[in-house]
Amino acid sequence: MSIKDKKYAKRIEATFSKYPDKRSAVMPLLYIAQEEYGWVSPEGIQEVAELCEIDPTQVKSIAGFYTMYSEQPKGKYWLQVCTDLACALNKADDFYEELKQELGVDDGGTTEDGLFTVEHVMCLAACDKAPMLQCNFHFHEKLNKEKMRELLAQWRADAAKEA
Amino acid sequence: MDQKYILLRGREVKNIHKLKTYEENGGYAALKKALSMKPAEVIEEVKASNLRGRGGAGFPTGLKWSFIPQNEPVKYVAVNCDESETGTFKDREIMETNPHQLIEGALICAYAIQAKAVYIYLRGEFWDLAHEVDKAIADAVKAGYAGDNILGSGYSCPVYTHLGAGAYICGEESALLNSLEGKLGQPRVRPPFPANKGGGLYGEPTVINNVETLANVPWIINNGAAAYKSMGTEQSPGTKVFCVSGHVVRPGNYEFTFGLTMRELLFEHAGGIPDGKKIKGILPSGGSGPIMKATDEMLDVKLTYEDMAKAGTILGSASIVVMDETVDMTWVASRVTKFFKHESCGKCTPCREGTYWLDKVIDRIMAGGAQMSDIDLINNIAKNMQGVTLCALGDFAANPIIHTIKNFPEDFRQHIASGSSKPARGAAS
Ligand SMILES: Cc1cc2nc3c(=O)[nH]c(=O)nc-3n(C[C@H](O)[C@H](O)[C@H](O)COP(=O)(O)O)c2cc1C
Ligand code: SF4
Ligand code: FES
Repeated sequence: MSIKDKKYAKRIEATFSKYPDKRSAVMPLLYIAQEEYGWVSPEGIQEVAELCEIDPTQVKSIAGFYTMYSEQPKGKYWLQVCTDLACALNKADDFYEELKQELGVDDGGTTEDGLFTVEHVMCLAACDKAPMLQCNFHFHEKLNKEKMRELLAQWRADAAKEA
Repeated sequence: MDQKYILLRGREVKNIHKLKTYEENGGYAALKKALSMKPAEVIEEVKASNLRGRGGAGFPTGLKWSFIPQNEPVKYVAVNCDESETGTFKDREIMETNPHQLIEGALICAYAIQAKAVYIYLRGEFWDLAHEVDKAIADAVKAGYAGDNILGSGYSCPVYTHLGAGAYICGEESALLNSLEGKLGQPRVRPPFPANKGGGLYGEPTVINNVETLANVPWIINNGAAAYKSMGTEQSPGTKVFCVSGHVVRPGNYEFTFGLTMRELLFEHAGGIPDGKKIKGILPSGGSGPIMKATDEMLDVKLTYEDMAKAGTILGSASIVVMDETVDMTWVASRVTKFFKHESCGKCTPCREGTYWLDKVIDRIMAGGAQMSDIDLINNIAKNMQGVTLCALGDFAANPIIHTIKNFPEDFRQHIASGSSKPARGAAS
């Protein structure tokens, strides 16, 4: 396992070609590391640092600054529910409660089968379509309990198929 | 006050996100025209249009471009698609439905300042969108509109996307530049300003514009500054996308020429308040602008930069969040405060500490354990954050609370007098 594997070579090369400076690739490469390891693991940080020719502690502080880099292993499906003001006015809090109950986890928790991690987040630029969530950074909007159950069933089926 | 689609053309022209359809509808004609003009003439035209920045501050766009020194060899354009303000979702629709217009506008800007490259900074959550934009850029390069020797003019300029990773502060322009350079996304000390040597991307002079701002530019070049100025008002020309959310029947984006009233927007177009309820409060510019009581006078204010300022608030990014009569404004202040506490980058003490303490005191009020003197305490903390921080987030964070206390004092008093919290959430839930 490494982001220096051949399968990423083209993407990494294309990333470096965008910027006059290697350091600028740190964010795109952290995404690749997260893809490879499921989170920004110490190995991932080390590899990004080597590729960008900066200190691993700097890479680590950047990973820590941004919320979309996960500093611990997450479930296969990372569900982020917006409970910010505009969504909250349209029952996003209730929706989030229902989701947590449905999965039997608390805020920030991961289900025992390792499939789902849930989290509440700030505005995701979908305020006219509340309640909403992002699953691994894809939008799902205008949700309710029924639609949520359908989505969960779908993801469970997808995971089973892959396994 | 007319409905006119300049920015949200995707609603009228199906498939305009595709290059072929965009071309069939006049796409890239403005770029061609601009390339036949001198760069300074392009800047003059945009200046004459009095186009104002749509990222929140309303700064004149042509003027901003004219600050870029001509004799510097390396210059950049950075497009701000960070769109993270609570209640804002306009840049997303523009980019999803009409990406080529943004690319064209950014390239016209690049030509006008003779930039070496364009970077489009998208918030990380626009992951799927960024990939669509990458495809649109590739199509534009293939057709000769971007990249090397654009349309045979001898001018070259690549366009790149760059994804953020979940930090509101990266919408602040100097933090955005740091983030692009692979540094912590924290604001920079100014001067030097981004337009000057030492202040921009990689230390080179840089124009930073919002997506909506640049999406106006092709229309201005095609139709001329005079035609643009004939729409809207003298100080707020053109059209604006208004994001309407919260308690309205039809939330969504609305594009109008500047100058319709809040009442027209919310009641005629957005369908008014659901379930026959009354309107109580309005956040005209997401979390960062002063919260207003929805009085008759407020509803009759024209949605322009100048009229909103006169009314004691701001148009900002025009992300209008509506609250009905059931909403407890202390709860609103608490939500907005939590947002800013979460998003403070921690670089300056008044903002880092201030957002923490504001949140703590409001929590106490919400929990019913506060005293009347806490209102003064909040005002005190908030006032000590204003005007003393490195970026405007410190002011943004102080604003909602000061204005909630000012405009809805009874909501605060109720919590304190009753000594208990009422579970006042949003809609009648
Ligand atoms: C805390 C903070 C957050 C901001 N977020 C955004 C944003 O998400 N999008 C944006 O275009 N401008 C944002 N701005 C404003 C930018 O700093 C900058 O003024 C703007 O991008 C300039 O573009 P314009 O002249 O086209 O408006 C933010 C400013 C601050 C202080
Ligand atoms: S005002 Fe707040 S967000 Fe802005 S630089 Fe200071 S600490 Fe960071
Ligand atoms: S408030 Fe939830 S997406 Fe904007």
